[in-house]
Amino acid sequence: MEKIPILRMGSLLLVTIQVDLYDRLAENLEADLVQTINKTGAKGVLIDISAVSIIDSFMGRIIGNIATMSKILDAETVVVGMQPAVAITLVELGLPLKGVLSALNVEKGIELLTRKIADDKEPEDADDGDSE
Amino acid sequence: MTITREVDVIPFRNRLKEYAVKVGMSLVNQTKIITAASELARNMLKYAGGGNAVIEVISKGRENGIKLIFIDKGPGIPDVKLAMKDGFSTGKSLGLGLPGTKRLVSEFDIQSEVGKGTTVTVIKWKNG
Amino acid sequence: MKNEAIKVLQKKKKTILETWMKFQLADEGLREDLMSNEDLRVQSEELLNTFVDNLKDESIDDPKNSDFEPVVDILTGISISRAKQGYSPRETGTFVFSLKDALLNVLQTEIKDPQELYMQSLKISKIIDSFGVSTFETFIKGREEVILRQTDEITEISTPVIRVWDGILALPIIGTLDSSRTQVVMESLLQEIVESGSSIAILDISGVPAVDSLVAQHLIKTVSATRLMGAECIISGIRPEIAQTVVHLGIDLSHVTTKASLASALKTAFALLQLQVVKKQKVAAISEN
Repeated sequence: MEKIPILRMGSLLLVTIQVDLYDRLAENLEADLVQTINKTGAKGVLIDISAVSIIDSFMGRIIGNIATMSKILDAETVVVGMQPAVAITLVELGLPLKGVLSALNVEKGIELLTRKIADDKEPEDADDGDSE
Repeated sequence: MTITREVDVIPFRNRLKEYAVKVGMSLVNQTKIITAASELARNMLKYAGGGNAVIEVISKGRENGIKLIFIDKGPGIPDVKLAMKDGFSTGKSLGLGLPGTKRLVSEFDIQSEVGKGTTVTVIKWKNG
Repeated sequence: MKNEAIKVLQKKKKTILETWMKFQLADEGLREDLMSNEDLRVQSEELLNTFVDNLKDESIDDPKNSDFEPVVDILTGISISRAKQGYSPRETGTFVFSLKDALLNVLQTEIKDPQELYMQSLKISKIIDSFGVSTFETFIKGREEVILRQTDEITEISTPVIRVWDGILALPIIGTLDSSRTQVVMESLLQEIVESGSSIAILDISGVPAVDSLVAQHLIKTVSATRLMGAECIISGIRPEIAQTVVHLGIDLSHVTTKASLASALKTAFALLQLQVVKKQKVAAISEN
């Protein structure tokens, strides 16, 4: 059974999709990823789709699901490297991937995630300072 | 081509891509027609348990294009107008399948009869 | 037995050509600036030869006869090239119709019997008229090709993507935005975003004459697509009239960053990239001295 590998980089998870996803594979990825977030306590998920040439409404839904599920588990999802043609098609299809952050490439994605995670932490630190 | 399983969609998409390249479509239009085909093939699998897909190269004047016909013998769509509305879905999907697909192609036609099946024909012109 | 007129025309080919050239040169529509007289003569001779050689007993009564295909081919070539060179329809028409005058002229001097002359003239007239019609058809086709090519060129040149700063792209849109134009704009913008790794794109619409709901929708689509790629999109150059129509039409631009001028859009872009523009401290240095 084919599987999409999930790499761990510190507090981030990196998923690179390099094959054409069919439905079951995508559903497996969704389940795997949620499990891994839970196990590792990751704070951010990067999904690299630079090699994906087609995203239809089903794939879009899976990505949206992953983002929402990770959010519940306190992790941000960033989709990186979307092809221009894919972006145009998604917009035309009426699928703006609400709630999903995106970045141009993995580097910018990591930057965005670290900033987000840092932003989340800061108010907590401030609270700690007050109480002491 | 017959499409009865999820995995059949991938070779079908590859075949379609070859045709689209042969016609000389831009990358964006290739992506649009393949996405549209993917939506329609998925609909066919989900609601009718599979069916047949035909790819044709057509031309009109200076324009070339690709015509896709999806024929299934499924339960049919009782209210085509309603199915074409954004956000309407009988299944647990986003309800973007049919109306979204229509936006991706140049011409769209759907014929459906309850109990007999559904035929969807789409055309994408090279520069359309 | 060969038709009288055909015999005459084949025998008098030279005379016809001379008469035809005379008519053409005498016409005030002659365009020596576009084609030299020698070239014109070569062109005319070729056409006349093909015409007369293909004139047969069976075909003289029928302008649509397949014998005339070579003639129509030549005419098509001439007509298209003239359309592209910028000849007017009248000038191209005169070229064909002056041939009729020349042919009839020769027939008149050669055929003595008025009845026969009338019959033959009518036939020749019909044939040339049909040539005239097909000349116009192809002439217009030639012009249409010119227009199509220009349309393509306009779409291409009217969407330049400019790198205004490291990481900031600007795209001034001039003229009306229709769906095919939007597609080109989107494609070139997104492509450039990928290539330059820019995270901010500014769409300047000061050159767009009017924004209706369709244009607004196209703009929103472009913004959404840019966001999906992971870049921010700012729309600038919104004139007061446009702001008015947008509100009157009930178009929701609230989730799009809009700025009045390119300058303020650039300022926002700098802020987003955490850049600062500072004046050089020359004045301070002078006052110290």
